[in-house]
This record gives sequence, structure tokens and C-alpha cells, in this order.
Amino acid sequence: MKYDKDSYKQVVDEYTPKNKMLKNCVWAFIFGGAICLLGEIIKNVLMSGFNIAEQDAGPMSSVILIALSALLTGLGWYDKLGKIGGAGTVVPITGFANSVVSPALEYKREGYILGTASNIFKLAGPVLVFGYFSSFIVGVLSLLFS
Amino acid sequence: MKKIGKQTFSIKDDVFVRSTFTIAGKKEGEGPLGKEFDMVVEDDLWGEKSWEKCELKFQKEAVKNLMDKNNLMKEDIDLLISGDLLNQIASSSFAARDLQLPYIGVYGACSTMALTLGLGSLIIDGGFANNVICATSSHFCSAERQYRLPLEMGGQRHMSAQWTVTGAGAVWLSNSGSGPRIKNVTFGKIQDLGVKDANNMGAAMAPAAYDSLRQHLEDTGIDYDLIVTGDLGTVGKSIVNKMFNEDSSSIEKKYDDCGTIIYDIDKQDVHAGGSGCGCSATVFGAFLYKKLLNREINRLLFTSTGALHSPTSTLQGESIPGIAHCIGIEM
Amino acid sequence: MNYLMSFIVGGIICVIGQIIIDTFKKNNAYLLVLLVVAGTFLGYFGIYDKIIEIGYSGATVPLLGFGHSLAEGAVEEAASKGFIGALSGGVVKTAPGVAAALLFGYIAAVIFSPKGNK
Repeated sequence: MKYDKDSYKQVVDEYTPKNKMLKNCVWAFIFGGAICLLGEIIKNVLMSGFNIAEQDAGPMSSVILIALSALLTGLGWYDKLGKIGGAGTVVPITGFANSVVSPALEYKREGYILGTASNIFKLAGPVLVFGYFSSFIVGVLSLLFS
Repeated sequence: MKKIGKQTFSIKDDVFVRSTFTIAGKKEGEGPLGKEFDMVVEDDLWGEKSWEKCELKFQKEAVKNLMDKNNLMKEDIDLLISGDLLNQIASSSFAARDLQLPYIGVYGACSTMALTLGLGSLIIDGGFANNVICATSSHFCSAERQYRLPLEMGGQRHMSAQWTVTGAGAVWLSNSGSGPRIKNVTFGKIQDLGVKDANNMGAAMAPAAYDSLRQHLEDTGIDYDLIVTGDLGTVGKSIVNKMFNEDSSSIEKKYDDCGTIIYDIDKQDVHAGGSGCGCSATVFGAFLYKKLLNREINRLLFTSTGALHSPTSTLQGESIPGIAHCIGIEM
Repeated sequence: MNYLMSFIVGGIICVIGQIIIDTFKKNNAYLLVLLVVAGTFLGYFGIYDKIIEIGYSGATVPLLGFGHSLAEGAVEEAASKGFIGALSGGVVKTAPGVAAALLFGYIAAVIFSPKGNK
């Protein structure tokens, strides 16, 4: 072969189409902004309409967003939104919910226990592992430096 | 010995490509070859309970229909050679379970169509069989599940990513009759130039395609009317062209790729084109074979390309080994 | 004003995520992990509280906010219960979100069937 790994890498970089980052960023801004706006609206409705205290309204609004994301994922719409919205649909809490619901749904055909239940954290598992780990480190740090 | 040059087996007796049967999915049916397929199935489950079961039905029905179309009985077929993309080549083996034909399962990833045609020709030329059926299949959903992420997961495909063809193709090879003949077979060497990006398969397989094509052309010295690779897509195709241009033996005018033939790249949102076992299988059966029959072309070099990685090897940081097998067919 | 700032701050955080996706071309799981860990430490150093003051839900809804809650919970409970609190605080604080995702995820899997991308 006349190419080696380094020289071929240059060829590949030259011929591989670039992702349309600017366009993707605009859509990510719109979708991400809209989902956060929705979260704020839900929170305000909970606070003013249902007289729920602010510290409870925040988590409750997250839970509603998660339920909404589960519904849209089940209907097969969330991936269609994600195709346009990119990170705008991945970064919000709805994206985390989507990463839980999508394997749960996909592995359904392998059974409800060894399929759905054991694969439900396939993608979100790493988030919890690293999240809880860093949370513990932060807790210990706060003990040491308080 | 029936070997010529460095790597090419020359088929001395007649091995006719007698007939083909292709089944394609909805998206493929909407593409430029939509009317050419023998059957188009709109439902991505085809009445089955899972995509895996659906894929095996694609392969089974392709073989069954090929036999019915040509009034072939089970006893007429000496051997079924087939393969697919899924773990343990499940689609092929489960299809063979129902077909009850003597069966050899092979794994060549997307190079399976050319691999089975090549093996079938050697077995017929060796005098071990009169009639062989070669078959393969792929399904977008089952492949996506195995190699990438759940389908319901939101997110974007990269621009260099390819779209796995939902489809199956079956080909009947025989030592009697008439039609296009397989004359030369080159099994490729694995080429791996360190591409690790599973979203850029065309670039990973292009060096293998170039190497096998160059070797086949050097060994045989035949001036082909049409050279077609399996599923390099737009990225891999332009890299192969670049490599031949650098040798000042451009093939650009008579070279095409099944991954760019099967879809309308500009309109069908498939990014870099088609891929999967079904890609070269359906394009060969529905399009290239008919070109030979109609004598639009007389000499076809059909080359399927495969990426022989596994989801595990990718996670362990391995690069993607590419392979390409060439089948020289003459009318 | 809350609404406008939620939209803008949420949008900006997602744009940062998009740039990371398009530059490194990695699986989205890497991005999610990165965001949670970043959120935890930004939360610990008090930087994220300032972002929430400006961005409201624009800062709490993205996964960075999940990280922030983890840090907040761990610090609060460590102060009241010591070592055990450092261990449980983050988990307790974020439990509703995780449990909701699990529960709704499982229910969705039972009700719906997976759809192909055709």
C-alpha cells in the first residue's frame, strides 16, 4: 500500500465532509432555549397556579419535562426533533430522559427483565456513575475545607 | 493451477449467473432503482415481531422466490452460501433453517455478495456442485441497533455516515445454461490504514477496494466496461478515484459505487450513501445483472467491500479493517 | 424577563454542547458525562449559582443543572451528617429526576413499541 496511516489520515480529512456546525448551532440554540423556556413556564404555572413553593416547583418541573420526553420518545418523535435540534435536544434534562427511554424501548423485544430493565441505563448509567462519583468528591472536599 | 498473477483465480469451466432475485425496503424502493427490484416491502417489520426476524424473512423470501421463479426444486440446489451483518450471522442461519438446503454460512460484512459469488464459482469450477445459490441481506434497524445507538435516541448523524440498506439479494449460479459468466475471482487482502471512525466507513474501506481492484486489473489485464464497488459511498468513492489517478491509470469514467447508485444522494437524506450487505446485493441483482443481460455492458468488475470490525473491537480502540473481493463477469 | 433569560442561557449551553459534538465526533454519552461532572464542580465552586441567578430554568434544565444539584445536595448533607451525608446527599437531592426517568422509561417501553427510522 502506498499510503501509511499518517499520510492516509490527511487524505481522509480532506475528503470527509464537515458537519455543518454553524447551522447545527443555530438549531441547538433554538431547541435548547425552547425546552428551557418550557421548563420555566411549567415552573411558574406550578408556583402561581398551584401554590407550590419554589424549591419544590423546580424539581417538579423537571419531572414533568422527563415525562414529556418519555412520551415523545415512545411515540417516536423525539429522535425526529433530535435530528434537527442536535445538542439542543441532548443537553437538557429531556435528553437524559431520552437516553433512558430509548434503550428501554429498543430492548423490549428481548424481554421486560433482561431486555428493557437491564438495558435501561445502557446510556444513562455512565452519567450516574460519574455524577454520583463527583458528587461524593465534592461532598468530601466540603468536609475538608469547611 | 487455475491461479493467474498474484491473487486471482481464473474460472476455467462455465459458471453462469443464471438468475437473481432482489427484495428492497421502503426507502430503497423510493430511490432511483425503485422499479428494478423484484419486490419492495414497505413495512419495516414485514409482519414479524422484531427487525431481526424481519431480516431473516427478507433473505429467506429472496431465496424462495429465486427458486420459484426458475422452477428449481430443493434437490436441484447443491449448496446455499450466505452471510449477513448480525452477530453469529443469525439471519442467514435462521433462513437456512427454514430453507433446508445444504448450507455454508460466511461472514464478510458488506463484502458478502462478492465473497459468496466467488466461493460459489470456485466450488462449481472444482466440479463439486452444479447449482449454487448465493444470498445475503441487511436491515437498517437491526444493523443500527447492533453497531450504533438505539433508534429512538435523539441526535444527528454525521455527514460522512452511511445508511444501511434494507434489502436482500439471492443469485443462482450454475454450470449449465446461458447468460453472463464469472471468469475471474480475486479475494482481497485486509487493508487497515488506521481509520477508527465508525461514522466514516467509506474511508475505512477505500484502501482495500483500491488494493483489490488494482491487483485484479494487473493480474487479468482485462479492460472492463464498468467497475463497481459495493458500499464506499461518496467519501470512499472519491478516495478510490484519487488513488487510481495518482497511478495515472484513471478509472473515473467507468467506475461507480453501489452506495451512490441505490439512493438519490441529494434528495434522500442518506448523507454519504448506502452501505450494508444488501447494498451491493440488491444493486447487483436488480441493476448490474440486467445491464449485462441487455448487453449494455459486456465486461463487469463487481467488487463488494466490507468493514470487518465488531462493536467490541471499536470500543477497545481498534481501527477498522477493510476488505474487498472482485468478481470479473463477462457476457 | 425570566422567560427571555431562560431561553438565552439554555440556548447558549446547548450551543456549547453542539460545538463539542461536532468537534470531537464522540458518542453523546461522553457529552452527557462531561456536562454532569462539569456541573458538579461548577456547583461546588459557587459559579453555577451565579449562572442560575441569571438564567433561571435556562441553567437548571440542562444537564449541568443536574450536576449542580448533585453538588448542592452533597455539600448540604455533608455539613449536617458528615461523611455519610457526603455519600448520600447528591443521590437524595437528584433522586426524583432519576426515579422519574426510570419509571416513565419503563412505562413507555411497556406501552409503545420501537419504531424504525423509515
